[in-house]
Amino acid sequence: MRIEGVSKLFGAFQAVRDVNLTVGKGEIFALLGGSGCGKTTLLRMLAGFEEPSAGRIFLDGQDMTGVPPWERPVHMMFQSYALFPHMSVEKNVAYGLKHEKMTKAEREERVRGMLDLVQLTQFAHRKPHQISGGQRQRVALARALARQPKLLLLDEPLAALDKKLREQTQFELMSIQERTGVTFIVVTHDQEEAMTLADRIAVMDKGEVRQSGTPTEIYEYPNSRFVAGFIGSITSFDGRVTAVEGDLSRVDVPGLGTEIVARSVAGAPSGQEVTVALRPEKVTLTREKPEGPNAIAGEIKDIAYFGKDSLYRVTLPSGGLIAVHGVNAKRAEAGRPDWYDKVWLSFDPAAAILLTE
Amino acid sequence: MAAGRHSRLSDWFNRRGWSDIIISAPYIWLLLFFLLPFLIVIAMSVATRTPSAPPFGYGGDNPALNFAGYARFFEDELYLRALVTSIINAFVAMILCLLIGYPMALGLTRMQRNWRNILLMLIILPFWTSFLLRVYAWMGMMGKSSWFNRLLTDLWNMVTPEGWAMSSIPMMHSNFAVVLVMVYTYLPFMILPLYANLERLDPTLDEAAMDLGTRPFGVFWDVTLPQSIPGIIAGGLLVFIPASGELVIPTLVGDAGSPMIGRVISDEFSSSRDWPMASSIAVALLLLMVVPTMIYSHFQTKAEHKPENRP
Repeated sequence: MRIEGVSKLFGAFQAVRDVNLTVGKGEIFALLGGSGCGKTTLLRMLAGFEEPSAGRIFLDGQDMTGVPPWERPVHMMFQSYALFPHMSVEKNVAYGLKHEKMTKAEREERVRGMLDLVQLTQFAHRKPHQISGGQRQRVALARALARQPKLLLLDEPLAALDKKLREQTQFELMSIQERTGVTFIVVTHDQEEAMTLADRIAVMDKGEVRQSGTPTEIYEYPNSRFVAGFIGSITSFDGRVTAVEGDLSRVDVPGLGTEIVARSVAGAPSGQEVTVALRPEKVTLTREKPEGPNAIAGEIKDIAYFGKDSLYRVTLPSGGLIAVHGVNAKRAEAGRPDWYDKVWLSFDPAAAILLTE
Repeated sequence: MAAGRHSRLSDWFNRRGWSDIIISAPYIWLLLFFLLPFLIVIAMSVATRTPSAPPFGYGGDNPALNFAGYARFFEDELYLRALVTSIINAFVAMILCLLIGYPMALGLTRMQRNWRNILLMLIILPFWTSFLLRVYAWMGMMGKSSWFNRLLTDLWNMVTPEGWAMSSIPMMHSNFAVVLVMVYTYLPFMILPLYANLERLDPTLDEAAMDLGTRPFGVFWDVTLPQSIPGIIAGGLLVFIPASGELVIPTLVGDAGSPMIGRVISDEFSSSRDWPMASSIAVALLLLMVVPTMIYSHFQTKAEHKPENRP
């Protein structure tokens, strides 16, 4: 599946701007972005409900421009599931097969196989309003997969489920994808969902793809402040590169009250203004001053205790605040940092993210 | 003591009085203005016609409860014929209303919201002019020398072979005229419930069907039509029931030789002054109409007991 320079205008509003993406066979690809970022519009163009204003969409090398939705080997699982309320679960799943050239027995066999796949065989004769939300989601999935599409589009597949069911369904979706081998494109606003489900992610903002790559690439090597802030949490500081020494750069960061050492990035020569982004879990909190570079003094201002871990908010000498994540490996009485304790923060040069954008 | 009673009254009022009063209001209305008059009509239907005023009485030479009216209704061909004419006219009008009204209702749901409101207004607008005036307007249009009739006649003469030429099309005083005016009059009663039904349907269902390989017309057949059956039934009954008892339209534009049942009842009351006969027909007609209504309310309750399917 290849998207080449696709744009979509609604009147004067540019919903999607010059998107180029390639999705491999059998991949789970996530389009991640906030509401109104154009991800659903892009999905609707793939399904054929909207025509791109510019650009082309290729599926298996075949140009999809002008092909109506009913002729595309692409199926969609709608956010609302869009199950036909007047048909039973079985009829819903069989609906897409109506237009396939197959015998009645083959059709029944396929429907049975699909219901089996989503474990709904005993609900075959129920109507959609007689089953639970999670079951409805699975009917929608079975219905979309029944025609064996080349590409399955999932619009916020888990948004309507509660948290517990969502986690369980995530893994079910992944295992179903593995078993069927169908390429999945998932639209979601939930970064955790995208990270767990997808092989690759495209982060979208204001109709543009800001970065695409594997979850690790996106999380560890974001290319812009937007992506860094959208995926996970960061604390960012303004800085200026003072020296570049091969792999490492020295960066003066007034907000941290010191000069730090960080991994060099392209396009950041000496003298370049940069943003230094630190993820809470990459910063270590100690009472003693640690060895090595990147040691910063601070005072604990706030602790959010989650049980297995805590989030500390630490006041820096400059007066700024930084979020630091600490795993509670020890019990509280064993000398864990407390409110208003003086502490030292440190991080590995490779952990700091330098951003020029 | 007085204080105690007062507080008990206000207690009752605050606890359930409000809801009791609100719930019973429509029942009281129906009791006073439907059930009571209907009981009077039933009572009249078993009376005997007399030359006095009021022109009916009980007993005398006849049995106290005289069912002669009912007997005549089923024996005299005039009444049954009138009933059949009514049912056929009303049924044809209903089907035509459905064929015209369904695309209109469906079109309305696809409109932009501000256009929708304007068009809905236009559908309801004719109600604000006198019904009689509108029927008279149709009478004028269908008359032999009207521009409408001349236009149709010319068209007819153009498309038909030589010998078929007519000087004018005889539209007035026919069942055609009755059905035409009834369709015109009752069309909003078909459109509005259909619109209410179709408007609630989820448009993503249409997209889902298309996505699964169905062409737009098939989508209508598979998804829209089955879900609009309650609206079709509601609109159908709202047209059929009043149309079958229609009095004014057949009186003004209908064929006096094959009257509809409403006109027969009216004539029995006023011209023949046979109140028991008129009442008998009215009661028999009502029973014949109650059956479909009950079927409808059966469907309705079934639909209401279904929980909403929308997310």
